[in-house]
Amino acid sequence: MAQSTTNSTKNTAKINWLSICQLDDIVPNMGCCALVSNASNKARQIAIFRIVSLQGEEQLFAVDNYCPFSQANIISRGIVGDLNDKIVVASPLYKQHFELSSGQCIEDKSVRLNNYAIRLNGSTVELALSSLTAAPKQEQQKNPQLKQEEK
Amino acid sequence: MSTKIKLVVIGNGPVGHHFLESLVTSGKANNYQVTVFGEEPLPAYDRVHLTSWFKNQDVSDINMVSNGFYANNHFTLHIGDKVTQIDRFKKIVTSENGVEVSYDKIILATGSFPFVPPVPGHQRDNIFVYRTIADLEKITAAAKTAKVGAVIGGGLLGLEAAKALQDLNLTTHVIEFAPRLMAVQIDDGGGKMLRKKIQDLGVSVHTQKNTQNISDGDNAVHKMSFADGEELETDIIVFSAGIRPRDELARQTGLGMGARGGVVVNNHCLTSDTDIYAIGEVALWDNKIYGLIAPGNAMAQAAVDHLTQTGDSEFTGADMSTKLKLMGVDVASIGDAHGTTPNCRSYTYVNDREEVYKKIVVSSDDKYLLGAVLIGDAAEYGSLLQFMLNKMELPSEPEGLILPSVDGSSTGIGVDALPDSAVLCSCMNVSKSDVIAAVQAGANDMAAIKSCTKATTGCGGCTALVTQVLNNELEKQGVEVNTDLCQHFAHTRQDLYNIIRVEKIKTFAELISSHGTGLGCDICKPTAASIFASCWNEHVIDNKLHGLQDTNDYYMGNMQKDGTYSVVPRVAGGEITPEKLIVLGEVAKEFNLYTKITGGQRVDLFGARSEQLPAIWKILVEAGFETGHAYGKSLRTVKSCVGSTWCRYGVQDSMAMAILLENRYKGLRSPHKLKMAVSGCTRECAEAQSKDLGIIATENGWNMYVCGNGGMKPRHADLFAADLDDVTLIKYIDRLFMFYIRTADRLQRTSVWMDNMAGGLEYLKAVIINDKLNIASELESEMTNVIDTYQCEWKTTIEDPEKLKRFTHFVNSQAQDDNIIFTTERQQIRPALASEKLIMEVN
Ligand SMILES: Cc1cc2nc3c(=O)[nH]c(=O)nc-3n(C[C@H](O)[C@H](O)[C@H](O)COP(=O)(O)OP(=O)(O)OC[C@H]3O[C@@H](n4cnc5c(N)ncnc54)[C@H](O)[C@@H]3O)c2cc1C
Ligand code: SF4
Repeated sequence: MAQSTTNSTKNTAKINWLSICQLDDIVPNMGCCALVSNASNKARQIAIFRIVSLQGEEQLFAVDNYCPFSQANIISRGIVGDLNDKIVVASPLYKQHFELSSGQCIEDKSVRLNNYAIRLNGSTVELALSSLTAAPKQEQQKNPQLKQEEK
Repeated sequence: MSTKIKLVVIGNGPVGHHFLESLVTSGKANNYQVTVFGEEPLPAYDRVHLTSWFKNQDVSDINMVSNGFYANNHFTLHIGDKVTQIDRFKKIVTSENGVEVSYDKIILATGSFPFVPPVPGHQRDNIFVYRTIADLEKITAAAKTAKVGAVIGGGLLGLEAAKALQDLNLTTHVIEFAPRLMAVQIDDGGGKMLRKKIQDLGVSVHTQKNTQNISDGDNAVHKMSFADGEELETDIIVFSAGIRPRDELARQTGLGMGARGGVVVNNHCLTSDTDIYAIGEVALWDNKIYGLIAPGNAMAQAAVDHLTQTGDSEFTGADMSTKLKLMGVDVASIGDAHGTTPNCRSYTYVNDREEVYKKIVVSSDDKYLLGAVLIGDAAEYGSLLQFMLNKMELPSEPEGLILPSVDGSSTGIGVDALPDSAVLCSCMNVSKSDVIAAVQAGANDMAAIKSCTKATTGCGGCTALVTQVLNNELEKQGVEVNTDLCQHFAHTRQDLYNIIRVEKIKTFAELISSHGTGLGCDICKPTAASIFASCWNEHVIDNKLHGLQDTNDYYMGNMQKDGTYSVVPRVAGGEITPEKLIVLGEVAKEFNLYTKITGGQRVDLFGARSEQLPAIWKILVEAGFETGHAYGKSLRTVKSCVGSTWCRYGVQDSMAMAILLENRYKGLRSPHKLKMAVSGCTRECAEAQSKDLGIIATENGWNMYVCGNGGMKPRHADLFAADLDDVTLIKYIDRLFMFYIRTADRLQRTSVWMDNMAGGLEYLKAVIINDKLNIASELESEMTNVIDTYQCEWKTTIEDPEKLKRFTHFVNSQAQDDNIIFTTERQQIRPALASEKLIMEVN
């Protein structure tokens, strides 16, 4: 049965979980984008991914939707997959890969997306509000390493 | 050195030019004051590829002289000026235009001329030879009013000339004196098979015909009368009955000559006068004239080495193995093709169905290859030649070398077994060690090898072998020649294509569980999606497919840098009614989209948010628009001019053809995007020759050009077939596109695809036109399937509420992405810069 991956701490008791959507709203092996806000923070865009292995094992991941390379909110629209056994998403504009469990950019060690605690509660996808306290990364800008594509 | 040695080069053909290049390479060119005379009105061009002049009738296609070559090296060139005298006592050469140059050394590279037997009538009009660009120009002009052409001489050049006449739309005959074609190079059995193949091309072959008289014809310009009493009427005659050395200067100045002409030279290519060298087809070495380019180049090198004392190469004879470069007809002859060596053995393989004839001649102990004849399939030419040239020991049961391999394993040569000195490309004299050196210096694909060693740019017979050496060397250097698609599939795209087709696989899960590992990635997923589309043509955002799509295909629009998408409806051929144009304007206005006309003759609307796409497309679809697939690796546009309907020059209705083609191939997914264009006449206003597939109208139909490209690496398309009718044109395009889809690598444009294909254009013609692989009907039916299952992806989408849900930006809110901010420039929107966004926030 579905099993959720959270990056949160052990003392789950204190965590406020915010319901985002139904699991079925996310197509297997794709992402979607959620608009999330808590009282102290400006609304934030979070890319949520649902990974289903060939064996049917479910995993959920949540990272920033904002891509520091393109400065656009597009991460949720990337293609997911694995690279050297790490589950990643490829940014749809300049194709950098980000590890979903940590937000770490594979091509550029200095870049990491925030990642968020997420779980499946019954059929509902829930995000831990407390994990929103990490600073939003809107300010961080990276020059896109343009891959020259043949015209 | 204060005074330079005065060097005069007489003759500016391929060999004379090779001499100059080698002189520069020797590093000693500065010691010489070089003057070059060339009788022809053009600087050196590549005579070996003379026939390719027809393609564009443009000398630059076969020009051999790099830009600024003469100026940079301070060589003086007198072009269109023939040397008429060498005065060996005053040491002066004199030219027809009255130029007098004194010399210390002379290089005689005057080549040869076509022999025309003194048949009565041989001086009539409309009788030509096949040697220079001027000859081809005359033949082309005469062919305009002619119907029938005859070539006298069925040798290597005669067959090439016959094919050229055939391509000029003449009913063509080849007249050969001997009992078979290419009598010198191939044996009887091979001759029979070759005759069949030439006749398959539509050329009539007449052997054992001795032309005795040429006179006025009754229904054509000439009547040829043969010794056996038969006659043939023809409008054009081309003599190709052998060559004779242009030795008149040497004769006049008293150099040592052969009994039947030719200037006698020694191993350094010195003539009887130690200040005069002779090289190329004018030189007689060991009583032989060498009528091929490779020996000529070797002579040029020997002369440079001796003259400059920078090397010690000598000319000691040359191998006369040859490969015929005729479309669709593989013919090769190696060494002792007739098996005249005493006690030799031979092995023959004949396959009448596939019209293949192969023979090898080996030493009495089966150890060494002495010669070979290959007709219909000359794939083994390169490796057989190496066996012979390097005296390599043959495998036991050498017949295996020419027998078709049952299990698909190659019986060829292991390139490691080749000595480093082995000459792989004899035309350009490139050895195995040259190729290895080039790889070590960083050339890691065939294109790079070609440009830095020139290997394979002559007759091309060595392509397979050079490729093997390249790959072998890369492997040794630890450069992994990894053709795996990505880490999830140990297959090439072509393998995957075949797997998917044969096993009828329709989902990525099926594919990766049976043929791959892991979850997949942004390389293999879109590749699989593209192959699924080419094979089964299901909707791009069908549930099982849409996770595989790149965001562009997923949203059926091109994602722009700010995360918005462009909207590009199809405007087939660029033809649009005012009503539809107004709709585009109204949509752009309503949704505030940036509007631009594209190079593909349609309209791009930019700046649509993902959630706006369905509403925009709903209006467009209702107005009769379809998706333009601007986002897909698929057919983009068929550009067109108005053609004969409006244009006073037009000879065919290019507009109608463009619309027909665009509607036929719309939605076809391929390894990379495909662009087409149709021009209504040779003025080429639609720029068809820069497209993957270009079509240019002719008086008689359509000329088809293939594998052109604009963009980063422009490439002129090659003429693939001429004067096609509509049906044949479409048939060829169907086959060609499907063959490309089958065999190209991921993201490989047609231009690169063809450049990397062994055999290149000729091979492609053999597959598409002559159906060499026997797959034409399969390709056609695969294409029919794609065409029959076409749907407008946007139309289907807006009719499906489930699919429409996927376009909202947020899964949990109807809000918009507040990071998409526009500003105005030239009265239209554009994405705001980061700095501009900050200012807006502050305000
Ligand atoms: C259609 C065709 C196809 C061929 N295909 C092949 C092939 O596939 N493989 C192969 O190996 N070979 C092929 N050849 C043969 C190859 O082209 C010749 O071997 C090569 O051109 C010889 O070069 P060259 O410089 O010695 O002589 P040429 O090419 O004859 O050049 C000599 C030049 O000197 C000029 N000249 C002569 N006299 C004078 C003078 N007194 N003053 C000034 N200039 C003078 C001539 O006008 C000419 O331009 C082909 C030839 C033809 C015609
Ligand atoms: S290509 Fe020819 S027919 Fe077409 S517009 Fe130009 S001149 Fe006219």
